Amino acid sequence: MLRFMLIRILQALPVIFVVITATFFLVRSAPGGPFDQEKVVIPEVKKALEAQYKLDLPLHEQYFAYLGDLAQGDLGPSFKYPGRSVNEILFSGLPVTAELGFYALLIALCIGVTAGVFASLRPNTAQDYIPMSFAMIGICMPSFLLGPLLVLVFGIWLDWLPITGWGDIPGDKILPSITLGSAYAAYIARLSRAGMLEILSQDYIRTARAKGLPEWLVVTRHALRGGLIPVIAFLGPAFAGLLAGSFVVETIFQIPGLGRFYVQAAFNRDYTMILGTTVFLSTLIVFFNLVSDIAAAWLNPRLRAQFKGGSQ
Amino acid sequence: MLLTSTGLILRRLLIGALALGLVACGRGESNVVQGNRDGVLHYGNGAEPQGLDPHVVTGVPENHIIRALFEGLAVKNPQTLEPEPGVAQRWEFSDGGRVITFFLNPEARWSNGEQVTASDYVWSWNRALHPGTGNEYSYMLFPLVNAEAYLKGEISDFNEVGVKALDDTTLEVTLNAPTPYFVQLMDHYSTFAVHPETLLQFGEMTDRYTPWTRVGNIVSNGAFTLTEWSLNRRIIVEKSEHYWDRDKVALNSVIFYPTENVVSEERMFRVEQLHYTQVVPLDKIPAYRQMPDTPYVQAPYLGTYYYLINTKRPPVDDARVRKALSMALDRETLVRTVLQETAVPAYSITPPDTLGYFPPKLFDYDPEEARRLLAEGGYPNGEGWPGLEILYNTQEAHRKIAVAIQQMWKKELNIDVTLSNQEWKVYLDSVTQIDFQVARRGWIGDYVDANNFLDLFITEGGNNNTHYSDPIYDDLILYRAPKAETREERYRLFAEAETMLMEEMPIIPIYTYTSKHLIHPSVEGLYSNLMDSLNLKYVRLVPGRRLPGSNK
Repeated sequence: MLRFMLIRILQALPVIFVVITATFFLVRSAPGGPFDQEKVVIPEVKKALEAQYKLDLPLHEQYFAYLGDLAQGDLGPSFKYPGRSVNEILFSGLPVTAELGFYALLIALCIGVTAGVFASLRPNTAQDYIPMSFAMIGICMPSFLLGPLLVLVFGIWLDWLPITGWGDIPGDKILPSITLGSAYAAYIARLSRAGMLEILSQDYIRTARAKGLPEWLVVTRHALRGGLIPVIAFLGPAFAGLLAGSFVVETIFQIPGLGRFYVQAAFNRDYTMILGTTVFLSTLIVFFNLVSDIAAAWLNPRLRAQFKGGSQ
Repeated sequence: MLLTSTGLILRRLLIGALALGLVACGRGESNVVQGNRDGVLHYGNGAEPQGLDPHVVTGVPENHIIRALFEGLAVKNPQTLEPEPGVAQRWEFSDGGRVITFFLNPEARWSNGEQVTASDYVWSWNRALHPGTGNEYSYMLFPLVNAEAYLKGEISDFNEVGVKALDDTTLEVTLNAPTPYFVQLMDHYSTFAVHPETLLQFGEMTDRYTPWTRVGNIVSNGAFTLTEWSLNRRIIVEKSEHYWDRDKVALNSVIFYPTENVVSEERMFRVEQLHYTQVVPLDKIPAYRQMPDTPYVQAPYLGTYYYLINTKRPPVDDARVRKALSMALDRETLVRTVLQETAVPAYSITPPDTLGYFPPKLFDYDPEEARRLLAEGGYPNGEGWPGLEILYNTQEAHRKIAVAIQQMWKKELNIDVTLSNQEWKVYLDSVTQIDFQVARRGWIGDYVDANNFLDLFITEGGNNNTHYSDPIYDDLILYRAPKAETREERYRLFAEAETMLMEEMPIIPIYTYTSKHLIHPSVEGLYSNLMDSLNLKYVRLVPGRRLPGSNK
């Protein structure tokens, strides 16, 4: 197991390095710079700005200087927000985005697993079609539509819930969590249905039924365990995706998370911010993939046996 | 074992979801009701400010917060926009207006209780103009003798720049030429004083990124002080105990929200989470207009939306063709349909009534004349037209306008025009390089004076972007207008320049911007003006007033 983890980590490092290098040179090749404004900046002022941020150095020197800083965990100062470092901005947004992502994932799991399992029990009947149709709608419905719809109904018409903010007014975390979670709920429903269907046709399930176990025990005790493996494998990348992809929801609900910075940095040509967020999120994605691989390996008895054999 | 833990997790998840759901019940008082009682204004500020350092940032959201925290030598009257006392109690002109002496209020205080002195201004203007600071708005102080030379590194002794502290409360300013709008510039944050000792505590004078503006560190001299700054969430300022005019300040506190999403901002207003919105989404405006006692407030704004023309690229290298394009444009219809009456048709670069200046209207919508000019320019009824491309930055509003104009030109002149959009920074690059035929542009004035619009098109103008160049025009703007003895004469010279510009038509003015806000009926003392400039000092909240249609 240890060797498996080690290999995966070693595989991840070059990936992150390539991401850093590609991002660094790509953002520099985009036309326009961080200090280009609608009102033209006096050349002397622009020069002073570039000097303050070391943009006057040759590109390769900037690159190595960046790598050097990065090795020490310093992502540099933000260009767009003078007085703030990229580290500071990331760490102010991360807890909020992570919390939002966590609630969204919880909601997604509750709805998704229930619907998926329910559907798999009577495939190709109404009990299957109805939840699965909803899942399909959930996948198709973008959050920039669902969010405002929920706001309209629960925030404005019924006036039950606050429509923006995060932790300012009690209950303001509910609508964004549901909005972000629902698309993932749909994926999870489909994954758990597929996983369950496969398991329910296995011989050992037939054995379990043959020995007279009640159906609910068959499902919860024997089928769920294997049937949810695809869901577990999906969770890691899904959480990373939630962190990186919460931009729309954060904008609709005015949530002070990471997503808004991530997208705006590109528009602002905030070089250090683009690099910082990209490096940070790609590291997270690699990390969560790793975690979910390991989790899936542990859940799957066959794979687990292999590892045991391997490490002994 | 695994099973039980999965079951347990599932059960916990369900309980969590239920708990989330339960919090839903029972929403308390709205922000507005609470705010009216406690004197707290909930203000939609458009975006997260880049920062709060007056010599570093540029932008409108920054302006609102900085002007709550700091005060300039003079402030603008929110109704007339004429300068009135701020840190300076009064000022005197001498040497034909070339020298201005500001007499500072001895009661003016920093938020740490220290007196605001004339030497604070000298130090701060040195910082604002220092070549190392990289202040993008440094040109605001260019009317000072030697200021430009100092910024460009031609001289290095700040004592040669035209600003002197005669004593603690007397600041003498020497200008290159009489500059009628100079006192007005004292209300622009780039000319504000900062507290020298505070800055030096956190770094060098010219450092851009020190934490001196953070809560607890910042020392300011305005009506409010900074008490909370949560990134992308909110900024809270509270009434200052040391402000010289504190008795006039009615609000206890203002909360600025970074309301980037205009649709969400409008919804926040509707459920009374905000007193004031920065903008109003276009499609919501008709409904708001129909409301009795509407909270929708629209006023002309000191900005012009226009098309730049590259005067060196055929077919628009011919002034007759440029004029034909401009005259074939039905601005009234455009404003009525596409813009839903949220703009004013423009026939000049300077917006009307810029501190009493009305630009002459030199042409009108005239398709007949436009066709004649186009024929004269070599394209009778559009024959032989080589094509033309309109460039705009990627945004739905710009696209809609370009499409409408494309159709108008096709209909009236029978010419084909294509549209091209570019992402913002790419577009800025194209505009700076003058790599386009026709490009969309907007200009928002920094101060209320026609000079701020007309000096765009001098030959050396960094924002000219059209290759337009005329020594007579340059002379008018750079030498003759500043020397004008009276306001009337100066405005007459501006009108002359305006005429020259429209004769050559290097730009096609399209419309004058408006400011659009939703303002809760409980808010008083917020006036509409051309600068969309509000002074929070005068704002009061009246409890008990509700939004029309509000049922709570």
